[in-house]
Amino acid sequence: MTTPAKTSDAADAAEAAGPKHAGADGRPEPSGPARALRAITGELRRMPYLLLLPGIAWLIFFFLVPLYFQAKMSVSSGTLDKGFDLTWTWSTFSAAFEDYDEHFLRSLYYAGAATILCLVLAYPLAYTIAFRAGRWRSLLLVLVVAPFFTSFLVRTLAWKTILSDNGTVVGFLNTLHITDVTATLGLTEGDRVLATPLAVVTGLTYNFLPFMILPLYASLERIDPRLHEAARDLYASPASTFRRVTLPLSMPGVVAGTLLTFIPASGDYINAQLLGTTRETMIGNVIQSEYLRVRDYPTAAAMSFVLMAVILVIVTVYIRRAGTEDLV
Amino acid sequence: MLKWLRHNLVVFAGLGTLVYMLAPNVVVFVFSFNDPVGRYNYEWAEFSDKAWTDPCGVAGMCDSLTLSFKIAILATLCATVLGTLIAFALARYRFRARGLVNSLIFLPMAMPEIVMAASIAMLFLSMGMDAGFTTILIAHITFCVSFVVTAVKSRVIGMDPALEEAARDLYASPIQVFLRVTLPLAAPGIAAGAMLAFALSFDDFIITNFNAGPDTVTFPMYVWGAAQRGTPPQINVIGSAMLVIAVLVVVAGQIVGRRNRAKA
Repeated sequence: MTTPAKTSDAADAAEAAGPKHAGADGRPEPSGPARALRAITGELRRMPYLLLLPGIAWLIFFFLVPLYFQAKMSVSSGTLDKGFDLTWTWSTFSAAFEDYDEHFLRSLYYAGAATILCLVLAYPLAYTIAFRAGRWRSLLLVLVVAPFFTSFLVRTLAWKTILSDNGTVVGFLNTLHITDVTATLGLTEGDRVLATPLAVVTGLTYNFLPFMILPLYASLERIDPRLHEAARDLYASPASTFRRVTLPLSMPGVVAGTLLTFIPASGDYINAQLLGTTRETMIGNVIQSEYLRVRDYPTAAAMSFVLMAVILVIVTVYIRRAGTEDLV
Repeated sequence: MLKWLRHNLVVFAGLGTLVYMLAPNVVVFVFSFNDPVGRYNYEWAEFSDKAWTDPCGVAGMCDSLTLSFKIAILATLCATVLGTLIAFALARYRFRARGLVNSLIFLPMAMPEIVMAASIAMLFLSMGMDAGFTTILIAHITFCVSFVVTAVKSRVIGMDPALEEAARDLYASPIQVFLRVTLPLAAPGIAAGAMLAFALSFDDFIITNFNAGPDTVTFPMYVWGAAQRGTPPQINVIGSAMLVIAVLVVVAGQIVGRRNRAKA
């Protein structure tokens, strides 16, 4: 377990005695400068650990210890009434893969589709706010954040109205025969959009869009507009200016945004429940019902563990590939 | 003309995205004036201001709102204190285990919410703790801390240490330096972290759903239940009213900020 609270360690002294800026304790001690200095550095050395102690202790006890209990539960067996015993039953894991592999794949597929859609939708808006908005910039930023203040469940339910079978949107899509195309692709069924994969992906995209826009905007806003001028002066077309200047410089925002949308989307069960049917259930729905309805805790724990491992592997590989390790 | 269109294509696409983002809010607002036929408020029937004149007219909803506020305020306070202390340690000191601390902060944000929800529920289960107010509060504080750390840390790193040195040179005591210089400088970061924590806690569903008892129904849980039982227009009223209040607060803050800047 991680215990960062180490106080007296000689090897530590050199490192800790030199905090970046001598902190808030320059209290002079009356009895000789040498002793005073030692007292001050001693206090300084403890300072970061004192600051860390409450928060880190909290996270260890309520974040790491629960993960241990979850791991233990995943290889236990028993029932709610009799209690659960550690029996090293690994079958929960193989069962999780055999029975629910399609839910895992569907989650990754929906979350991936939503992430790509978020990126495609968010980029023009973030670009507009960063470079084209002028004095409308703060208003647009407020409009991006504003939906957060209405409970996301209420907003997600509004999609039931927007995508309803005899609503304007679906009628429009039907007239343009777009639903025929999506139906061939297996995204919708008949003339309906609600209760299809398309509805779930629409909801996921909608829910996590701000998490893509804000980091994208933050990285675009930092780009010096003179770089665009320089590219133009060197006869770059708008397209190649974007491809060779803007896009590479906004990569940190793209990486942060894709992570902030993909991770929560992969574990979501709200959109699948509210906008989909049992054919669209994701792994989150399974964990939720195993835990809260069936009360088969070992299975729920095993699946939650697998989900965590899969996401951590994907995130690590992705960050390595994208080459930005200083995200936090 | 064609050139103008091509030049502004990105703006039109951006505004299209904005429409996609705001459409549900418009629907929520419009349907708060609906008098639905049947239990669900998904199809327009006729105009009514019943829900606005009697927002607490449905059983349990306003109690759930009060509970959500209580939990969000307490969770914000605790998470802001814990997170701010960690942020100062990370931004101001070099120490061993720095990498470990950074990972411990990053990890809760790097896994789907449901993993944290299920694992912390299993801790309470193993400890024999009954799900209720306390378990929700503990879970909310846990996931809010990391976000506060991130918000405060970036602010503290950007602060000019010369200002605090100047205060010390002018014989300010350590406590005075902290209260009169450090804290006011860090305040925007702390406020941003606190606001984020409040928003996350108030609107959280997944973690709450795993750790709530039968008597602790927060507002998001109420809405979830309503989606199964029947949705009264009153939930649209609450959704719209909170948006209006929040936007008013933001606008007021901007006006005050502008006036202060004009004075300075």
